[in-house]
Amino acid sequence: MVDNLEIVREARPHAAAGPKLVVSGLNFYYGDKQVLHDISLAIPPNQITALIGPSGCGKSTFLRTLNRMHETIRNTRAEGQVLLDGEDIMAMDVVQLRRRVGMVFQRSNPFPKSIFDNVAYGLRVNGWMRKRPLAEAVEHSLRRAALWDEVKDLLHESAYKLSGGQQQRLCIARALAVDPEVLLLDEPCSALDPIATAKIEELMFSLKETCTLVIVTHNMQQAARVAEHTGFFLHGKLIEFNRTEVIFKRPRCKETEDYITGRFG
Amino acid sequence: MTRRKITNAVMFGLTGLCALLTISVLFFILGYLVYYGGRSLSWDFFTQLPAPPNEPGGGMANAIVGTGKLLLLTALIGVPIGFAAGVYLAEFGGRTFSSIVRYTADLLNGVPSIVIGIVAYALVVVPMKRFSLLAGAVALSIIVIPITIRTTEQFLRAVPHSLREAALALGARKWQTVATVVIPAAFRGVLTGTILGMARVAGETAPLLFTSFSNQFWNRGLDEPAATLPVMIFNYAISPYEEWRRQAWAAALVLLTLMLAANLAARLVLSPRGARHG
Repeated sequence: MVDNLEIVREARPHAAAGPKLVVSGLNFYYGDKQVLHDISLAIPPNQITALIGPSGCGKSTFLRTLNRMHETIRNTRAEGQVLLDGEDIMAMDVVQLRRRVGMVFQRSNPFPKSIFDNVAYGLRVNGWMRKRPLAEAVEHSLRRAALWDEVKDLLHESAYKLSGGQQQRLCIARALAVDPEVLLLDEPCSALDPIATAKIEELMFSLKETCTLVIVTHNMQQAARVAEHTGFFLHGKLIEFNRTEVIFKRPRCKETEDYITGRFG
Repeated sequence: MTRRKITNAVMFGLTGLCALLTISVLFFILGYLVYYGGRSLSWDFFTQLPAPPNEPGGGMANAIVGTGKLLLLTALIGVPIGFAAGVYLAEFGGRTFSSIVRYTADLLNGVPSIVIGIVAYALVVVPMKRFSLLAGAVALSIIVIPITIRTTEQFLRAVPHSLREAALALGARKWQTVATVVIPAAFRGVLTGTILGMARVAGETAPLLFTSFSNQFWNRGLDEPAATLPVMIFNYAISPYEEWRRQAWAAALVLLTLMLAANLAARLVLSPRGARHG
């Protein structure tokens, strides 16, 4: 395992603070089965980090531990340390953590509610009740997700009336509404056509200003297009983590090279 | 080849026949009730108190209202308990305790309704020293609770995990997720199950015989006996009076119509049209 803290600093010398997330010695188990082995890496702030690897390599599981979503599944256990701005997430209140580290899922999962209520959801459960600020926050989030112009006249229609790509952007807007510092994206484009995918990628670029993004993808071109850093997972291990161009042009490990040149996976 | 074709045709015919038989039973019952009870259905039947034996006329207004009151009280007692327990089972329960509750609910569901009547008799009638509407509602609640538990649990479980995840990932607490996402998404299903459960107990007779008993007059309070349609049907059908027996048919027709209407309402609630936007 290549220690990447140095790589991170080298990539963004002007970055004020250290990495946004530091994972060290992370092991993960489903029951007795270990699916992640001693993962350590640092995720730089205000950048996009991509995690690639063949199906079942543990990249999604890894992503879920970053906001402890694995705890919603019975019989799972994570060992090791994850620091968010230097704070141990395992010791944090899980609700606080998830407000700071948002998540967008593989398949868009809007609530069976109106578009407005979908975006307002995270704010309402946080106790936002007053109409004006709520409406402003919803508009702001939809604008950030580049969806406002398409839905501004449909705010009180069912979210299910939107197309697949719009639904996924709605889910992003919903996640953005609580103003997360980190946004985890679990194969957000795997069910979308190329045009919708391009829109989401554009959106990710625009979010870098305010967010740190981590995206799991099995589309290597996507990783190459959007990410500053890329990590390659195989059989539950982080094989290589580096700047994206290094991973794709001069990978240090043979497995990485085999995977990105399409020899397996 | 031909043998297989013949077998196919025979089996097809047999299964079709059985299917036809099933639906024809319902229509046979309906036709029979309309034939015998239809003649006794009049405005008086819905507005008048029962007439003394061998006197013409009279109706079952008190029994219709009594059934309504009884069901309302049952819904007020039984549905909240069953619903809450169902939510617990689907969302919060630990494994061992949940399976105990689930198994108990299934057992309770299989207890003969007359036994439940006896329990309500012992629990309510004996201490109060009188038959009462309340005792009837307690008996029916005991029947309705396990039905409500199971339908609630079933429909809550049918809500996709991805919706729960979405809410939890937004920083919702578990109970917030259940209250604001899971229950609204399952609401139609739960409502349908509740209506069907209520329709089922609406026709229960045995548990009412020695709880709410019967009453030739209006019921004036929870602590008084009340006339109900099923018990009236029972009493009138075994009576020696021609007029009463005809009215029993009419009451059966009214009861069945109410239950069919409830079933239809349940179907409408669950219909796919507009069902996606809770």
